[in-house]
Amino acid sequence: MRWLRRNLVVILGLGTLAYLILPNVVVTVFSFNNPTGRFNYAWQEFSLDAWKDPCGVADLCGSLSLSLQIAVWATIGATVLGTAIAFALVRYRFRARGAVNSLIFLPMAMPEIVMAASLLALFLNMGIQLGFWTILIAHIMFCLSFVVAAVKARVLSMDPRLEEAARDLYAGPVQTFVRVTLPIAAPGIAAGALLSFALSFDDFIITNFNSGNTVTFPMFVWGSAQRGTPVQINVIGTAMFVIAVLVVLAGQMVGNRRKNAQPK
Amino acid sequence: MTATVAPPEAEAATEPPVHRPSVRKRLVPYWLLLPGILWLLVFFVLPMVYQASTSVQTGSLEEGFKVTWHFQTYWDAFTEYYPQFLRSLLYAGTATVLCLLLGYPLAYLIAFKAGRWRNLLLVLVIAPFFTSFLIRTLAWKTILADGGPVVEVLNALHVLDVTSWLGMTEGERVLATPLAVVCGLTYNFLPFMILPLYTSLERIDTRLHEAAGDLYARPSTTFRKVTFPLSMPGVVSGTLLTFIPASGDYVNAELLGSTDTRMIGNVIQSQYLRILDYPTAAALSFILMAIVLIMVTIYIRRAGTEDLV
Repeated sequence: MRWLRRNLVVILGLGTLAYLILPNVVVTVFSFNNPTGRFNYAWQEFSLDAWKDPCGVADLCGSLSLSLQIAVWATIGATVLGTAIAFALVRYRFRARGAVNSLIFLPMAMPEIVMAASLLALFLNMGIQLGFWTILIAHIMFCLSFVVAAVKARVLSMDPRLEEAARDLYAGPVQTFVRVTLPIAAPGIAAGALLSFALSFDDFIITNFNSGNTVTFPMFVWGSAQRGTPVQINVIGTAMFVIAVLVVLAGQMVGNRRKNAQPK
Repeated sequence: MTATVAPPEAEAATEPPVHRPSVRKRLVPYWLLLPGILWLLVFFVLPMVYQASTSVQTGSLEEGFKVTWHFQTYWDAFTEYYPQFLRSLLYAGTATVLCLLLGYPLAYLIAFKAGRWRNLLLVLVIAPFFTSFLIRTLAWKTILADGGPVVEVLNALHVLDVTSWLGMTEGERVLATPLAVVCGLTYNFLPFMILPLYTSLERIDTRLHEAAGDLYARPSTTFRKVTFPLSMPGVVSGTLLTFIPASGDYVNAELLGSTDTRMIGNVIQSQYLRILDYPTAAALSFILMAIVLIMVTIYIRRAGTEDLV
């Protein structure tokens, strides 16, 4: 009993972790299934067919590459716009600073469906054709705030004396920015970009409203929930999970090495 | 890049030409802000205005919609769909409480007890983000399937008797019941609770725990009087990050629920994309926004962390 009490937090925590990971385990296991019928919800028998031919379903890989393209452009757009805003907010005192701060905060404090619906209202009223561009516009819009938040946090914790020192050593404003400011802000910018990519790639609600007939990967999965889910979806899901874990672990290793290389 | 106090633009324009470089310098923040803020004004604020105008229009898809200041739409929409509003708040609220109860021990574990496993555990919390959440939500269909191991165990433990009595399940099934929807919501938004909790717990100086121990506080007292109050910023932002998106969600109710578990998001979605009754849909989404903003404001006031924004 005393053992249980002492390790209660560990047991409960690992329980939650199991709850979080369980669907990923199921997705992985069912990527090796050979289902009968249109739906892949019950285990039938082991098969490698889907892994051998992940693009074997019509439109699946097309939607995947479309989602990747949108995520890349949305990430670039949101990161550039958001980083500029973050620098302006942290480094300058100007009028309307409070208003800008609230404008940045609002998209994060609003149910996604409200933004999705209002964008649709705009596009309908303006008679704009729904598709690639409307999705991209929407994704940049909702990723922007997250980039600002990530970069702001990093720049806020940065010592302004480093830039003063650079200027004292006769570095010009551009040189100071490129050689001192940017490298220090880089982890924040990278975090914002990574978050944008993940949010854009996985977004369903806003895309559902503003995609018209264009099918992104989440839209494909949504449709398949009604028409029948091919095993290939589980293959892609598993691959994404594995790649993500590897990328994050690799990133951490690089980060650790840098930290160790720095003089204490 | 000095942090000087920038005067308003109008004043800057009348400055003598000798100070030209400094005028240009003062305009720097505005140039930095311009593109991003313009983007938000055109694609976030303007759409809200359009939606507001849509909500007071009448007409039909064939004949076109006209602004007639028909505020009756709001009242009609609310009276017709208040069960879905209530259900959304109830499901989202329950999911938020469950997220807090489930997420706190894990965040605590990662922050204080994980040691060298800390990074791995964090990766395991974040990694599911990268597998499409729709795929993971569909996986719950398999997990909660009728006659599956989870349902069997819950049934054997008489959990389903209790939840059926509470109206959360029906008979021996979990799928297509409120329990399944709440389970999906809790699952989907759990990382949004864990990460802010972890961030605020990690900032706590562990010497405070030792100090509390030195003053003869029992571990539970230490938690109640030291740890939990210091983690309040995390609790507040975690609950907001969970509750707000959950209240507008329609994916979980659609994939894991039935027609009896429709949330307000499902109604807005079908009004906009299937029934094409734009005024009602716009009114519904504004009512949802108003309810959420009011609840969030009250909550932030009560929780006393107004520096959150």
